[in-house]
Formats: sequence, C-alpha cells, structure tokens
Amino acid sequence: MTTSALSRKKPVSNAPVPGEPVRRKPVNWRRVGAWTLVAVAVAVTVAPFLWMLRTALSSNHSLAANAGNLLPADFSLGAFKRVLGLQSPEEAIADGGSGAAINFWLYLRNSIIFASVTTAGQVFFSAMAAYAFSRLRWPGRNVVFALFLATMMVPPIFTALPNFLMIKNLGLLNTFAGMALPFLFMTPFAIFFLRQFFLSMSREVEEAAMLDGAKHLRIFFQIVLPNAAAPLATLALLTFIGQWNEYFWPLLVGQDESVRVLTVGLGVFKSQSPQGAPDWSGLMAATLVAALPVLLLFIAFGKRVVNSIGFSGIK
Amino acid sequence: MTTITKLPDPVAGGSKPSYRGKAGRARKTGRRRRLGDLRIALLFILPAMVGFVAFYLVPTVRGIYLSFTEYSILGDPTWIGTKNYTAIFGDELFWNAMGVTVQYVGLNIGFQTIIALGLALLMHRVAKSTFIRGALLLPFLVANVIVALLWFWMLDYQMGIVNELISWLGLPRIAFFGSEQWAIPTIAGVNVWRHMGYTALLIFAGLQSIPNHLYEVASLDGASPTRTFWSITMPLLRPVLVLVLVVTVIGSFQVFDTVAVTTGGGPVNASRVIQMYIYQKAFGESDFGYASALSVILFVILALVAFIQMKFLKGNESDLD
Repeated sequence: MTTSALSRKKPVSNAPVPGEPVRRKPVNWRRVGAWTLVAVAVAVTVAPFLWMLRTALSSNHSLAANAGNLLPADFSLGAFKRVLGLQSPEEAIADGGSGAAINFWLYLRNSIIFASVTTAGQVFFSAMAAYAFSRLRWPGRNVVFALFLATMMVPPIFTALPNFLMIKNLGLLNTFAGMALPFLFMTPFAIFFLRQFFLSMSREVEEAAMLDGAKHLRIFFQIVLPNAAAPLATLALLTFIGQWNEYFWPLLVGQDESVRVLTVGLGVFKSQSPQGAPDWSGLMAATLVAALPVLLLFIAFGKRVVNSIGFSGIK
Repeated sequence: MTTITKLPDPVAGGSKPSYRGKAGRARKTGRRRRLGDLRIALLFILPAMVGFVAFYLVPTVRGIYLSFTEYSILGDPTWIGTKNYTAIFGDELFWNAMGVTVQYVGLNIGFQTIIALGLALLMHRVAKSTFIRGALLLPFLVANVIVALLWFWMLDYQMGIVNELISWLGLPRIAFFGSEQWAIPTIAGVNVWRHMGYTALLIFAGLQSIPNHLYEVASLDGASPTRTFWSITMPLLRPVLVLVLVVTVIGSFQVFDTVAVTTGGGPVNASRVIQMYIYQKAFGESDFGYASALSVILFVILALVAFIQMKFLKGNESDLD
C-alpha cells in the first residue's frame, strides 16, 4: 500500500518516522523484488560479454565437445595470438583458425585514423558553427539553423547512395579522404548539442574581452573553447564511439584491405570459414579486441557518457 | 531583420526565458548594424556549410533526381520518369522487404519499449547508481557488428550456449538465424538486447523531470502505486516517450548491420529488410536509379511515421502546465 515512488525520497532509516506507522517490511519486499529484476537485467546484459571472453580463451577444436561448459574449453591464448598475428599460419590452422587470418593491426590502425580524424574535424567545425549560431548576429541565422536541424530527419541510407557516387567520381574510393569526408565537417546533432551549451554559458568574460577589443576568433579560441571543455569532451567521446562502430559507410567506400576498418574486417573474417566450421574462438577474440578501445574509454569516462544520455534541452 | 528573432526556434522553442532575453538584445543591435557580424559569421560557419551542402543538401536533391532515372554505375543516368516507382509498386520483393521490415520494427520496438520502460522505472525508484546505468548501457556502445557476431555465436544451432540450454531443458534446438520463421524475431531480439539499456536511460531522464511534489500529493491522497503510475507518471512522461518512440522507430526501420553480418537477408527472403534490399539493388545489381527510388520511398515512410507519431500522440505538448 505504501508507494515506492515516495520511498526514494526518504532515507531508509530504521527509526520509524513520527506520525507514520512502521512501514519498513512492505517497502523492503518491494525493494527486494525490484533489485532482483535489476540484477537479472544487469546479468542478461553482462553475461554475453563474459561468454565472449570464455570463448576467446578456449581452444577452437574443443568448443564443440564442451559447448555447455561454463569455463574456457581447453584454455588457450591461441585465439588472441592468432588474431594479433603472433602465430605462424601453420600454427593457426592447427589451432582451428583459417590460414588467411585477420590483418588485425592494419585494421586497428585504420579504425584509429578514421575515428580520430572524423571526431576531431566534426567536433571542431561543429563548435565553430555553434559559435556562429549562438554568439554572432547575422541575417538568416535562424533559417540556416533550422535547415541544418532538418537534416537530422534525413535517413543516412538516403544520402549514402549519392554520396557514394560523388566519392567515386572524385576518385576517392578506398581512401581515408573518401571515408572521412562526409563525417568531417558537421552533424546536425553536434551543432545543436554545442549551441545549446554555448547559449547557457555566462557571457560576462566574453563581453569584458570584447570591450578590451578582442576579436571573435580570439574569444572563440581563448574563452569559449576552454570554458566548454567538458561538453566538448563528452561530444568527442560520443562521436568517437559512434565512428569507431560505423559499418555501413566504410563498407561502401573502404572495402580495400589498405583502408579497411575493424568492423568491416570482422565481417570479412566471419565469412572465412575453414572447412565450413567458423573459427569461433578466433572470431570472439577478434571482437573482444575490437571492442576493447570503446570498453576502456567507457571505464575511464563512463559517468560522462551515462549522464549525457537524455533529451537535454529538447522538451 | 526582425524576422530572424521572430522565427520560432524549432527545437529549443521560445519557451526558454533566458533565451528570449538574449534574442531581444540581438534585435536591438541588429537594427543598429543591419548585417550584424555577417563577415566573421561566414568564416565560422564555412566548414559546416561546406559539409551541409556537399553531403546533405546536394545528395538529397541528387537522390531524388536519380530516382527518376535509370542508372547503372557506368555511363550517365537516363531520365525515365516515374518508371522506377511503378516498377516498385509491382515488385514482390519490395513488398516482401516492407513486410519483413515492418515485422522487425513491430517486434523490436514493442519489446524494447516495454522492457526499457520497466528498467527506467526500476532505475528511477530503486537503482539510481551510475554503475548500474553504465552496465545496462554497455551493449549500446559496442558496434552493431560485434553484437551481431557475438549473438551469432551464442545462438549457433550446434554449439551455441543458448541452444545448449534449450536442449538441456529437453526442448528441440532452434535454428535462430537459419530458419525463415525465426530469422526476423531473432534479429529483433538481438537489437532489443543492444538498445534496451540506452532506451531505458532516455526514459529515465524523462522520469527525473517529473516534479517530486506531485508524487507527494498523490501519496497524501492515498493513491495506490498503480494509480500513481497511470495518473501521474504516464501522462507526464508522454512527451519524452513519444520522442523516444520517434527516434527508435526511425532507427529501427533502417536496420542493416545486424542483418548484413548474420543472415545477409536470408534464408530465402526471410530477413531481407528494406535497407538490405536497397544495398543489394545498388551494389549487387548496380541499379542505382531503382535503389534511389527505394530510398525515397523509405524517406517518405519515415517522415510519415514521425509525423503521425507526433500528431496522434501529441508529442510536443506537455501535460505539466
């Protein structure tokens, strides 16, 4: 009968609140049930990652015989060695890998280049645009802003085909330039996100600097950017994760081995099945290592990411 | 000049008092100098403008143009009027792709929204810890491709742990990705797993914006939790819920990565979703005109879906007033 909605307001205390009947027991049962559900949800979310690790630490030949065993089947680091190119092809094949192993280090390098360059460009140029939309007064400003925002509605597939043709016509297929260009200059989300923040920032320092004769470029670089370091970092983090995980566009324009990123490489790796049976432990080791940068970023800056989720400013 | 400040800001709305004050100041200075900071603004906006024109505006126009042409990647596009569209109308594979996609969206959004709403309520009431929110968010941060491969392994017919559990329970094994009847529900389920934490966090953010005093009043009036949920939480959460639905439905219609790395659209046509069909038409059959027409249709459908959701669920009105 007690509302658990209320219980979150009150500190859980053993002493009965004066004027209220003792109500610890029923609240606790609700909480036990609720916490059980939370625990189940967390377990369902995390368990597959543990299974990924368990498989990656198994020996591929032994997986079939130990399919239901919760511990690594015939513990081995072979899968990781195979993925990281530390095994000779003969060893790899003997270990259940495919002879044509994943060129992991190359794909890793490509992913790092692709994700960093697009993140840096996108965040910086979007910050410049956000400054123009929040600090400068010019005719047509709101119309242009509305146009930018409207592009949020355009599904990526719709622009992907013409963009592919353009990149092809420019002769930029299978180059980093071709892969990065569409992401390099702006996304409507980044501009909107930063503009909202710039609008909420105090302008006292800027106005004082303005009176001292500072120009907009100086104000942007020396006052606005340093003051907005936190939201810029959050945006960069979200952008980097998104770009690291991007699959469709690199699949279209970056098929060539020399620029292939990890997501595309993993798809190719999956389809190289020796004798019809996939190299599961190799595949899981590869996915684990490919996910590692994101996992590390998340461990380091998780709070920032978690707190950035929500419709801030949209209501 | 005044038109600039009169134009409603499409998202932030004129509802923010602080913003209104700043806009008022903008008007005064604007009158004094008609062009304002136009020159320096052009410099600041230039890169974003290049990106906008080159990779959003021009492709949009070109995509619409291409949809009225026949264009294999060799040679030039030839204008054929609405032939692509009439062909699509009679294309069984298109209708199949639409059916498959709608089935996917229904399953994906249905389960995802209900689970996420439940999780959000749980987080709001008992488990506010950032750690738990972080754990639930984890699958969303990992690439679609990785999530797809992980589940492709876990749901393997012979060796997958899920089928081990199923057979341990004495039930027949399921060909999750390999059977026509299971392919789409499986892919939908995998993406529910990936997105439920993220969606829950979006809803959670909405829950936190509901003023606490309303709950206090409700409890003083002796309202039951169920009553409180239906009379306070749901109505006040509605704008956020609608926004979440619009965003997730639009995303869901464009499912591709998971299909591409697991089934590739099969078995037979069972999981060939619309974006997979567009991809195959353009890059498998080099039929860019037809593929463009398909994406125009997808674009129109998405715009309609968003419009209908906003209109009928009254997403932009809050009950808070």
